[in-house]
Amino acid sequence: MTCTVNGVPRTADDVWEGESLLYVLRERLGLPGSKNACEQGECGSCTVYLDGTAVCSCLVAAGQAVGREVVTVEGLSGGPDAEPGPVQRAFLAAGAVQCGFCTPGLIVAVDDLLSRNPHPTDPQIREALAGNLCRCTGYEKIMEAVRLAAGGQA
Amino acid sequence: MTTIPFTEPLGTAGSCAFSVAGTTENAQDIESLAGAAPAGPARIADRVRRSGQVAQVRPADATRPTAQVRVGARPTGLDVRVGGGVGSSPQRPDGRLKVSGEFAFSSDLWADDMLWGATLRSPYPRAKLTGLDLTAAVALPGVYAVLTAQDVPGRRVYGLEHADQPVLAGTEIRYQGEPIAIVAADHPETARRAASLIKADYEVLAPVTDPDAALLPGSDRVHADRPNLLRHVPIRKGDPAATAPVVVTGEYQVGMQDQAFLGPESGLAVPAEDGGVDLYIATQWLHVDQQQVAACLGLPQEKVRLTLAGVGGAFGAREDLSMQVHACLLALRTGRPVKMVYGREESFFGHVHRHPARLRYEHGADRDGRLVYVKASIVLDGGAYASSTGAVVANAATLGIGPYDVPNVVMDAYGLYTNNPPCGAMRGFGAVQACFAYESQMDRLAAAVGLDPVEVRLRNALTTGDRMPTGQLVEGPAPVAELLRLVRERPQAPAGADFPPGGTANTTRGEGVVRGVGYAIGIKNVCFSEGFDDFATARVRLELVGGRPAALVHTAAAEVGQGLVTVQAQIVRTELGVEQVTIAPADTSVGSAGSSSASRQTYMTGGAVRAACLALRARLAARLTALGRAPSTSDNDKKGPFLSAEEWVGALEAGALEETVEWRHRPTHALDPETGQGDAHVQYAFAAHRATVDVDVELGLVKVVEIATAQDVGKAVNPQAVAGQIQGGTAQGLGLALMEEIQVVDGMVRNPSFTDYLLPTIMDMPPMRLDVLELADPHSPYGLRGVGEPPTISSTPAVVAAIRAATGAALTRVPVRPEHIVGA
Repeated sequence: MTCTVNGVPRTADDVWEGESLLYVLRERLGLPGSKNACEQGECGSCTVYLDGTAVCSCLVAAGQAVGREVVTVEGLSGGPDAEPGPVQRAFLAAGAVQCGFCTPGLIVAVDDLLSRNPHPTDPQIREALAGNLCRCTGYEKIMEAVRLAAGGQA
Repeated sequence: MTTIPFTEPLGTAGSCAFSVAGTTENAQDIESLAGAAPAGPARIADRVRRSGQVAQVRPADATRPTAQVRVGARPTGLDVRVGGGVGSSPQRPDGRLKVSGEFAFSSDLWADDMLWGATLRSPYPRAKLTGLDLTAAVALPGVYAVLTAQDVPGRRVYGLEHADQPVLAGTEIRYQGEPIAIVAADHPETARRAASLIKADYEVLAPVTDPDAALLPGSDRVHADRPNLLRHVPIRKGDPAATAPVVVTGEYQVGMQDQAFLGPESGLAVPAEDGGVDLYIATQWLHVDQQQVAACLGLPQEKVRLTLAGVGGAFGAREDLSMQVHACLLALRTGRPVKMVYGREESFFGHVHRHPARLRYEHGADRDGRLVYVKASIVLDGGAYASSTGAVVANAATLGIGPYDVPNVVMDAYGLYTNNPPCGAMRGFGAVQACFAYESQMDRLAAAVGLDPVEVRLRNALTTGDRMPTGQLVEGPAPVAELLRLVRERPQAPAGADFPPGGTANTTRGEGVVRGVGYAIGIKNVCFSEGFDDFATARVRLELVGGRPAALVHTAAAEVGQGLVTVQAQIVRTELGVEQVTIAPADTSVGSAGSSSASRQTYMTGGAVRAACLALRARLAARLTALGRAPSTSDNDKKGPFLSAEEWVGALEAGALEETVEWRHRPTHALDPETGQGDAHVQYAFAAHRATVDVDVELGLVKVVEIATAQDVGKAVNPQAVAGQIQGGTAQGLGLALMEEIQVVDGMVRNPSFTDYLLPTIMDMPPMRLDVLELADPHSPYGLRGVGEPPTISSTPAVVAAIRAATGAALTRVPVRPEHIVGA
């Protein structure tokens, strides 16, 4: 299968038809940043952009991504040596990262939220992130991080 | 039946070369430091700068296949350049990796030529395995090995307290999901399909599922060679026949909660040239895994080397083995690296859960609400295997009347075997179940004597100098009353909530919605108890890097998200005044750190790091003295820099200094088996909660509007991390109050998915108001008190008390379901 991932055309060979986009990203394209917490669309840890729409990549069959544009958390970070973006800086500053397994999906989800609504209210933040489970933080510091990022303070 | 005709020849015994990741900043420094550190089990052929980068590695033996391995060393090989000592909140050293997707969790590991493992599990909770036909599985193209119990070369059972759990089931099946066979194949789906092609024959038996019935003399035994009663802890204090004018009784139930860490059980086992194996694994305690895995493999411990991979949460669920032995067996059999990653459904069967409990309490008090006695019986269902049930029972018993001063106590706590899912460690560890019951009782007592719920607690609050039911003296601060006052005095939550009960589902416009407020307080022990030899090991190395001092900290302590890597560096910075601190990957080439559980790691590994630093200070001072220079700052003065830049050069130019310290807390003692008397615990920790809820009394829906919490942490070594622990722990307690339950019917799990096992979302969690007290414990490093578990304990009863206040429903069971509210 061929698709564009983080701006680069990529091809994966021998993709079994039952593989998800998440599996292809993680195991065939060397991009394990998108996470595999539930693989049934409940936790949001695998959130990526597909043609600009935030989706759970575990629910996208690999074939559905053919010819389309995928952006993962690795793509948002601008590379490992780049300075973190504002959402990422906000997560660090607020202490919103503990084990970090939910973090990549949340980074994408918050990036998506702020691109649509740069100054969300607290209820809007909660509604937008209702599909991203975090087991460590109790979400308080994630709320702080989103407020920080939205306020341009991170 | 286990002779496997391999569909392809056995792979060349792997001598995989490894890329152990360094760090992004100042790689030269790190290379130097890491190179000076113990080499570790894996042959390190190359280094890469980041875990996400797959390194092409040329192995020493050119005849062997080239290996590409991406291992999780990066998450723990961390360079801490940002400032901050004890009491500050520097950025997590693994933070940048985690926000960029570069951090290597155990499920992210990858090796060239790697196979995937899968597990066949029993569909029945109790059965005899009468036959296994592996033919079809073995014949599937892409399958390299199919192994069963007979292929376990060493001890066939393992366990934390009792080795009673088979690596792979022999003839007896004791719970649904028990592993029967394991498969290695070249694709995870192939491995799963092969597992499903194994034909297993069962003689299905009626499971033992009712905990009370399992204790009756005529009950079937779960293990033929021992009774179903696994442990009974009695505690007797004062007069067992004491009477009182006011008596309240209650029976309570706690459902089976899941830790639900997000990172599934996973790891990578790589066969080694010496016939051993290197295992990269997400765990809470590397050395206890090593002991068990080595025993099961029939290998000496030094041939089973473990390195911590990135851990996606733990909460107790990684104390027991899951896929560790399985992956190693497959790797040793195939000669290829084997990765195993559980899916979410398998994860529900892959780890122990919180013990469901039945609790019967009788509280006697005078008419002013002063407790005269407590009589209680707690039955904890341990499920099919022992795990840590014994210690959970002891916690429930010793902490089972709560943080109250009670002259007369008759307490009996029981843990037992059934054919239900095995239960063991989960955050709060026996104290959670008891707290729901004793705090519910305190509210009943308040109602019976006409007192405010906080007031009745204040009148009975434990304080310094009191004695626990075990006779143990409560030393140091015990601010039970102060914590209760703090949450009571917080301003009430504003009238409007962000969302009504039912969230955005438009179930109500406010009609039928009633607000309620509830309180609770809990007590937890910190560190291991009952005379366990509890220690942690830390190695700290100092050397000059680029003319400046740098420290390398090497421990086997598991960073599971709590921020231990940050804390270790903070301690070094405070004790030595060294700005640059590197945290080496945690592995078994250094001594045990004990488990990342029991709220103990900052206390224990933090204590060990501190002790190693103090030993280094002495050696630095000796070197300087030998050079005719007195250190510019005394050993006791931690405020200023320990040494000047010149002195550092002088002290270290002769060579690096290294100290390894095995550090222990003061000893604890066993409980008397008849009376439960004994100084069993090291330290007590307390937290209080006030919950405010809106309840739709017509639909039985609950929205927690706000939670106020107060906790004494002794010393906030990292205030931001402390807040994170309190908030996250509170969320898990809220989950138990309202939604989290593994539903087990006839020994069968009905909801092994995140669709059906509900976790609190950001919509469910309210704003939290925190008060953190820092009342130093005289015995602990920096006066700190374990932080992780107390917030989980009292949040559950506080939420339930608030629902009771809103509805008047009795609510004797958690999680509370809508029908408990509507049907009241």
